[in-house]
Amino acid sequence: MTTTAPPSTIASYERDFLKHEDRADWLSELQRQAWTEFEKLGFPTTRRGNELWKYTDLRRLDSQAFNLSEAASMAASGELSKIAPWSDDWHSAVVIDGRFSPDLSRNVESAGVSISDFASTADSLRQKIEPVLGSLATVEDNAFVALNTALFQSGLLVEIGDDAELDQPVHILNIVSDGPDHRAIYPRTLLIAGSNSKAVVIESFVNLSSGPQLTVPVFEASLGAGAELQHFRVQLENEQSLHLGTTRSEQPAGAVFNSTTFATGPAIGRNDVHTNLAEEGAETTLHGLYITNGQSHQDNEISTTHHKPHGTSHQFYKGILAGKSRAVFSGKVLVQPGAMKTVAEQKDLNLLLSHGAEIDTKPSLEIYADDVKCAHGATAGHVDTSMLFYLMSRGIDRQDAAKMLVTGFATEIIDEFEPEPLREFLYEKLDQIVPKLDSEGIL
Amino acid sequence: MTTPSKTPQTISRTTDLSEMEYKWGFVTDVDAEIAPKGLSEDTVRFISAKKNEPEWLLEWRLKAYRHWLTLQESDAEPKWAKVEYPPIDYQDMYYYSAPKSPEDGPKSMDEVDPELLEAFDKLGVPLHEREKLAGVAVDAVFDSVSVATTFADKLEELGIIFCSFNEAVQNHPELVKKYLGSVVPYTDNFFATLNSAVFSDGSFAYVPPGVKCPIELMTYFRINTEGSGQFERTLIIADKDAYVSYLEGCTAPIRRTSQLHAAVVELVALDDAEIKYSTVQNWFPGTKDGVGGVYNFVTKRGRADRNSKISWTQVETGSAITWKYPSVILRGDNSVGEFYSVALTNNHQQADTGTKMIHIGKNTKSTIVSKGISAGQGQNTYRGQVKIMPGAENSTNHTQCDSLLIGDRCGAHTVPYIEVQNPTAQLEHEASTSKVSDDQLFYLMQRGISEEEAHHMIITGWSRDVIRELPFEFAMEASQLLKVSLEGAVG
Repeated sequence: MTTTAPPSTIASYERDFLKHEDRADWLSELQRQAWTEFEKLGFPTTRRGNELWKYTDLRRLDSQAFNLSEAASMAASGELSKIAPWSDDWHSAVVIDGRFSPDLSRNVESAGVSISDFASTADSLRQKIEPVLGSLATVEDNAFVALNTALFQSGLLVEIGDDAELDQPVHILNIVSDGPDHRAIYPRTLLIAGSNSKAVVIESFVNLSSGPQLTVPVFEASLGAGAELQHFRVQLENEQSLHLGTTRSEQPAGAVFNSTTFATGPAIGRNDVHTNLAEEGAETTLHGLYITNGQSHQDNEISTTHHKPHGTSHQFYKGILAGKSRAVFSGKVLVQPGAMKTVAEQKDLNLLLSHGAEIDTKPSLEIYADDVKCAHGATAGHVDTSMLFYLMSRGIDRQDAAKMLVTGFATEIIDEFEPEPLREFLYEKLDQIVPKLDSEGIL
Repeated sequence: MTTPSKTPQTISRTTDLSEMEYKWGFVTDVDAEIAPKGLSEDTVRFISAKKNEPEWLLEWRLKAYRHWLTLQESDAEPKWAKVEYPPIDYQDMYYYSAPKSPEDGPKSMDEVDPELLEAFDKLGVPLHEREKLAGVAVDAVFDSVSVATTFADKLEELGIIFCSFNEAVQNHPELVKKYLGSVVPYTDNFFATLNSAVFSDGSFAYVPPGVKCPIELMTYFRINTEGSGQFERTLIIADKDAYVSYLEGCTAPIRRTSQLHAAVVELVALDDAEIKYSTVQNWFPGTKDGVGGVYNFVTKRGRADRNSKISWTQVETGSAITWKYPSVILRGDNSVGEFYSVALTNNHQQADTGTKMIHIGKNTKSTIVSKGISAGQGQNTYRGQVKIMPGAENSTNHTQCDSLLIGDRCGAHTVPYIEVQNPTAQLEHEASTSKVSDDQLFYLMQRGISEEEAHHMIITGWSRDVIRELPFEFAMEASQLLKVSLEGAVG
């Protein structure tokens, strides 16, 4: 990674790193190493040759420092259902400004599942965390994983027992509180799913402030053999903030990791997902919907590596772009030598609603095994005029028809958000977002 | 073979020239057949003087050379392609060599050195036959210097200029001056800059307004001198409402050391014009163990004005390394760009090839069909860019790139860059990667067709969308080439 940053802002992150002295002994070595790596890397640049950041310009991080957010509190849990997807039945862990809030959380200890922050974790669990933490979300060559690892406050451990099948989803609700501008928040989640366990995990991000904030989350999922994990990621940001998120997972034999994303809002958003199909017969499905408007920029960096035979992967992303916004889809499927009978699909479909919006899509395949079936596709275009005509010829006015088509385009992904309260929440969001899209009057 | 021999005489001359560096004057030894080893301003002056070039062209070369030095200093040799090769020592090469020839070069077939003709025959270039049989005018490039041009009279009647680049510089300087570097400027990229400084020769074609060129223009390129770089420069201009089809075919004799080839091809299609450019590239790919072979770093680009069309078709089976992205700048409204490609890598060959379609004008349209075949330990990458600029209303692109893998040690990669800045554009990209279907193989083999022959049939059929874009005689040759290139890859 080609990187530089003026020392002024880096120094401010260093102060945060040094200030944060109360970290547990067993974490200090990992966090120190992460800091060293970040210092070496600095923030990524779009300079030539830096393929991973080709389309996303982070120069504003060089001129504006974001300082570690102070601990904040929220009054009542009753508020939560208004601002975020919520069900009282869910196993909900509430994290405010990167710090676990036990008071607002619910059902964190029940049969088959345990959610706790790293600090309160018993020695026995600590022994489970240590070998895994940072092993999937590695700090090497990744400035934001390094920064998160160096500066996270209360890391969250979600442990799902062997053979456990959870009836209710686990929900990790990350809230950026309403407070001063230019705060940095580093949510960190480690999920350990036991062998043959089955669970749904929702990770949602809500920003209550209207000013510029920086959120750098890392979600790391370690699955046991035969485990099935459905991950939903909901990124609702304000239009001034930066959200640079990382999701990492590795699957042993027969394990399934599916992750579906809904992303909207930020000045600069990055959804960096990588899954490793480490053993035979592993499977992964990475889906997502991004909606950008105004000056928003959403970058999706989605990659899967097939190491062993009989793996299956699906990448399917859809984008709706309006205003002067820009979105990036950079998908990658790497099939290593010997990973025979791999089946991989990759698709990115985009709806461009205005002059001034830009989509940069790069679905790439890198294949070193011959007995494979891999395919990819990408499209970009406006609302289909023949579809508009079809609806209008049935008496639907133009705007309603366009709205139906745009909403319909999103539906394919939103319908995947299985838990009903979550899906309903997203449809409400969509209803609020779509009419506001700057679409040159078609909506 | 007429390889300029490295006689003691040549060596001493080389030494003399090297030592002459940085002295106030430059003396041209007009009898020298080979430029001093290495690259310097003097090398550039030597080449220019050898060709008796006008001052403006020398200046242009020198500007390119000075720019190239800055590129080299800033380490701007492109590294992003998926190809691996040892660092190239640009000082350890010859930048100019001429075949043994009478003072001003031959004017007709009769004057061509019989030894040269024999060499062409060995390569299967039936120069004199083709002249009559296929109605093809051949401008043969042998180690950078044009030695024979046919059909010139016929073309002259129509006002079509088809000659070597050097002849064009001498006889049509106004056209060369106007268009040279207008599509690929000397600052374009590392290899194009190098070419601009030291280009040796190449082909030039100009078709006047309203003229449809009645025959396919063809050039044979050939790399010969050991350790010599080849830097062809081709410029094709189709004036308003003109049409031309140009064929480029390449072969190379076996050489042990790798050879650098950095060509530049510029196409200019003015309003309502059409250029069809076809290539069959079969340069020495190196031995089975990956020794030697040609390094092929090519910049090919066309400029398409209003209502014009540029079509690239290529069959790439040769070279140890292929780095090549024939592109079209669709700057005129309603212009059309096409790219059809079959790239085959066997043994240790590496190809990183594709196209760029830059949509600037309204209602512009592009089509990309790319077929990559990997066998042995070959690595084959499709790398393409489709860019829709903000003003390119109602533009469309359709891209299809398929890869076929033969054997478990090769690689097939697809890296498309799709950048859309206009909502009225429609883009579709699809790609697939797989091996030859077991069912299809079984079907053919149970009818008594050998495994190798069955593979060949399937691959030919699979490549058909591209092959059929080639002129007929090329299509035959291309199909045969695929077969020959895959020998030993199956079973």
